[in-house]
Amino acid sequence: MTIIEERAANPAAGDDDRPIGYGRIQRKEDPRFVRGKGHYVDDIVLPGMLHGAILRSPVAHARIVSIDTSAALAHPGVVAVITGQDLLGLKLAWAPTLSADVQAVLATDKVRFQGQEVAFVVAEDRYAARDALELIEVDYDVLPPVIDVRKALDPGAPVIRDDIEGRTDNHIFDWEAGDAAETDAVFASADVVVSQEMVYPRVHPAPMETCGAVADFEPIEGALTLYETSQAPHAHRTLFAIVSGIPEHKIRIVSPDIGGGFGNKVGIYPGYILAVVGSIVTGRPVKWMEDRSENLMSTSFARDYIMQGEIAATKDGRILAVRSTVLADHGAFNATAQPSKYPAGFFHIFTGSYDLQAAHCKVTGVYTNKAPGGVAYACSFRVTEAVYLVERLVDMLARKLEMDPAELRLKNLIKPEQFPYKNKTGWEYDSGNYEQALRKSMQMAGYDELRREQQEKRDRGELMGIGISFFTETVGAGPRKHMDIVGLGMADGAELRIHPTGKAVVRISVQSQGQGHETTFAQIVAEELGIPPEDIDVVHGDTDQTPFGLGTYGSRSTPVSGAAVALVARKVREKAKFIAAAMLETRPEDLEWEKGRWFVKGDPSVGKTMAEIAMGAHGTVTLPEGIDGNLDAEVTYDPPNLTFPFGAYICVVDVDPGTGHVTVRRFIAVDDCGTRINPMIIEGQVHGGLTDGVGMALMQFIEFDAEGNNLGGTFMDYLIPTALEVPDWETGFTVTPSPHHPIGAKGIGESATVGSPPAIVNAVVDALAPFGITHMDMPCTPARVWEAMQGRPRPPI
Amino acid sequence: MQIPASFDYVRASTVDDALALLDRHGPESRVVAGGHSLLPMMKLRLARPEWLIDINELYELDYVLRDGNTLRVGAMTRHATLLASPEIFRLFPIVADAERVIADPTVRNRGTIGGSLCQADPAEDLSTVCKVLRAEAVIRGPGGERVLSMDDFHRGAYETAVAHNELLCEVRFPIRPRSGSAYEKVERRVGDWAVVAAGAAISLAADGTMDDVAIGLTAVGVAGTVTEAEDLLRGRHPQEDLFLEAGRLAALASKPIADQRGPIDYKRHLADELTRRVLRRAAARAAEAQEG
Ligand SMILES: Cc1cc2nc3c(=O)[nH]c(=O)nc-3n(C[C@H](O)[C@H](O)[C@H](O)COP(=O)(O)OP(=O)(O)OC[C@H]3O[C@@H](n4cnc5c(N)ncnc54)[C@H](O)[C@@H]3O)c2cc1C
Repeated sequence: MTIIEERAANPAAGDDDRPIGYGRIQRKEDPRFVRGKGHYVDDIVLPGMLHGAILRSPVAHARIVSIDTSAALAHPGVVAVITGQDLLGLKLAWAPTLSADVQAVLATDKVRFQGQEVAFVVAEDRYAARDALELIEVDYDVLPPVIDVRKALDPGAPVIRDDIEGRTDNHIFDWEAGDAAETDAVFASADVVVSQEMVYPRVHPAPMETCGAVADFEPIEGALTLYETSQAPHAHRTLFAIVSGIPEHKIRIVSPDIGGGFGNKVGIYPGYILAVVGSIVTGRPVKWMEDRSENLMSTSFARDYIMQGEIAATKDGRILAVRSTVLADHGAFNATAQPSKYPAGFFHIFTGSYDLQAAHCKVTGVYTNKAPGGVAYACSFRVTEAVYLVERLVDMLARKLEMDPAELRLKNLIKPEQFPYKNKTGWEYDSGNYEQALRKSMQMAGYDELRREQQEKRDRGELMGIGISFFTETVGAGPRKHMDIVGLGMADGAELRIHPTGKAVVRISVQSQGQGHETTFAQIVAEELGIPPEDIDVVHGDTDQTPFGLGTYGSRSTPVSGAAVALVARKVREKAKFIAAAMLETRPEDLEWEKGRWFVKGDPSVGKTMAEIAMGAHGTVTLPEGIDGNLDAEVTYDPPNLTFPFGAYICVVDVDPGTGHVTVRRFIAVDDCGTRINPMIIEGQVHGGLTDGVGMALMQFIEFDAEGNNLGGTFMDYLIPTALEVPDWETGFTVTPSPHHPIGAKGIGESATVGSPPAIVNAVVDALAPFGITHMDMPCTPARVWEAMQGRPRPPI
Repeated sequence: MQIPASFDYVRASTVDDALALLDRHGPESRVVAGGHSLLPMMKLRLARPEWLIDINELYELDYVLRDGNTLRVGAMTRHATLLASPEIFRLFPIVADAERVIADPTVRNRGTIGGSLCQADPAEDLSTVCKVLRAEAVIRGPGGERVLSMDDFHRGAYETAVAHNELLCEVRFPIRPRSGSAYEKVERRVGDWAVVAAGAAISLAADGTMDDVAIGLTAVGVAGTVTEAEDLLRGRHPQEDLFLEAGRLAALASKPIADQRGPIDYKRHLADELTRRVLRRAAARAAEAQEG
């Protein structure tokens, strides 16, 4: 029952007063965070709680000859030491991943990446647990590792997954989208073709809070309470039930305040399972919190795509087709989190924002001796890689055609009247007004003036670059008929109760990791019912208190759960109408709604407010047939399509010609996420994502040496940007509501992370144009930029 | 949370007390100053002292004093104090140049000059600064006090002349008239250790020629200063072609290793580029000092 209600832009948006509904209000959750009163997993202390620590493999690939835990067990304070052999007995040594593979909880036969879980110590305190790790003796028979992904499919390559019956190579999957023959035909007859290999290097989400869990198994009831850093508590509960055999109704997952997720907290890590096993074995609650290096070395990485991309066009700049073959490094276990039917996520949106005649992509996934994971880090299921590829290709094409990259884009963007637009790989873009967004960003940037400045600087030998990226995302996964994760449809629920005094509680199935759900979802209810946001409590993160749903990632909270919340509020509003009619002794059809109140048509002075109606519902009013005595409702929302946020970004960089050091001088971001609920939260999401983009473009890289040692295992080696690396963000917006979404909202969580890296790299490459450079891979560190200036840009892997 | 191996802790109240504690607890004890090098190493379990002797209450070592033609800086002086000192900025602008790019404000609020020099990390910035300013290190131990040049103080990567039972107490900087100095560092991100950095100090004779020049490089494996380049410049008037040649010699003298911060050729190039830049700036500052 999708009802689209068009809402005019809220006049209050942008003001500092407190709108009842959409608009700029301060976040409801912030008072507790700014006072240091957030409550995170590591803040949880239960009576009798023990502490776990994980022994991890020092090598990337080795057979385990033996493990001797006796000295560790004898260490003061140690209660239990668990190995893979112990788990085999419990049938818990291997756990299913989110991608139809299995992952070792504790290694039994071999270790397959540096940092892999080998043994688990449970002790009275975390110090004893950590010290005892050093007392476990493991004898490894080191094997040659597969580190260079380009060699993973070589005939003689060591087979990493010999645990899987019949495996003779490291191939995981081939997947394609689009029409190969049609695309080849368009390429064959095109005037101009540009091709380039591009590496999107392995990065890590590195949330401020690392992953962890507190497991509390209560043996009498056979009930498990698991506090964990999870972006998807309900999906985790179902998976825990399936893996552990504990019945689902005996499992409660609580995801308290979460210190950032970015996809890092979607999957179920061995540590969570080990905390549960530890609690079952010892009969006491067990806490496990990983440290920073464990987080960087063993949990979900992101990207790691080697993309061969090609773009075809006419000589006057009409883009005809794109095609790509991708080699995807999935690490030692295929633990990628994405909808089942999409092993390469939504990479096939690599057709970008352009009206094309043909497109085809083929992705090959392989195993290597590196940490597993794959889809993480605010990437909208690989839209990041897709947008980077097409936006770099368009820039390269502009260079080849000697056209301005803005002009080339303007010429090829999908036109407003073409929406809904079916692209060549199967997406239906819901709505867009692309040219308006690009023109707005160019105007904010002073684009022509910047180009003039650049020319003057070039004449003086200074290196200034201007980079554009125009992105279209596909978020809000997704329609159940197409999308599931391990068989669970990607729908989300919402429950709303109006208390007798007119205050409300809305329970949602998605989980905030910092996005401001407690504010945004209260504002959606406020907009629909006219109850002030401060009177609406938003409950999330506890499976005992919230309806089922798949959680927060892929920018899906507002597109999916936001829709559920709007619809549940409308259900309550409809019910309120019947109760108001009974109270006013009139017919429901004679009532009219204004925000917060039903009144008699033609006589606005006669009406009932939501608070009055709530009291009536719970009070003594004689209710009409079929209306029960409350003002509650619930909804599960199955999105009819994804939503397609878009944006136009312009980046200005200066490059030091002597050192190769890149400074991001300006960054203009015009985003269109449809209807805007809280502009301040939107800007916050954009600021964070842009900062992430600077990180990926300029410094972040999880690198491995030839032996498979992770070279990015601390914040000394894995660099994340600070306020000093980023300019004052210049944000702007356009509003093109989604036509199929109840409130027209499209999602904003990942737009900036997706859209900014190509803008920055395009700017760097533009700055290096005097050196004849047409492409360089991320990260654009001073050394790598300097190498490009010497005419020898190098792929990072 | 990363957890160090277990250790005992004691707080020293005076220099003598600290020396006595070092003596009592033997070679497995270490002093902790700002802790910004030692504690990360302990958490990564690269360092496992049995005793930590906290010298943060040795306020007697926290000072910046002018004493005739010497500036005396106590070993417990924090990076932030050095950065904020107008006296240092005026006399030795290289210190401010360097301090601005050492770590971040949090680290600078705690980290000390003594800890920096004693850590002797090959990418540590103040070591280069001290070498270039021809500073001296004042070390105290059971046998009393000794004063060493920076060349004698530094024994290589992570190694200094400070014995286990000694403390670095003071760093002395000679003040020269008509002098200027400068430091420049390339880093991948603010707060990162240097890819390469260079520092230079120039003092001018009355006739405007350079009567002393010092050039130091950070993170490229150069132990002392770049004497070949210094010899070339000494006695000459500052000029661009000489700086070009000095840059070339600095690159030749450097012995960088390839790592995540960059390949060898890039680091050599930076030694050249940054040497030229700091010489130009140091010369300009010396010329200003002469006028002023
Ligand atoms: C994130 C980060 C970034 C950094 N970036 C930089 C950078 O860019 N450039 C840079 O130069 N440095 C950098 N540092 C290092 C920083 O400057 C440290 O503060 C400094 O190296 C050590 O000073 P400390 O007082 O903290 O020493 P501590 O860590 O307390 O001690 C270091 C060592 O010196 C010994 N020691 C300390 N004081 C004395 C003394 N008086 N006598 C004898 N031995 C002593 C200790 O026993 C220990 O072995 C960084 C540090 C961090 C954490």
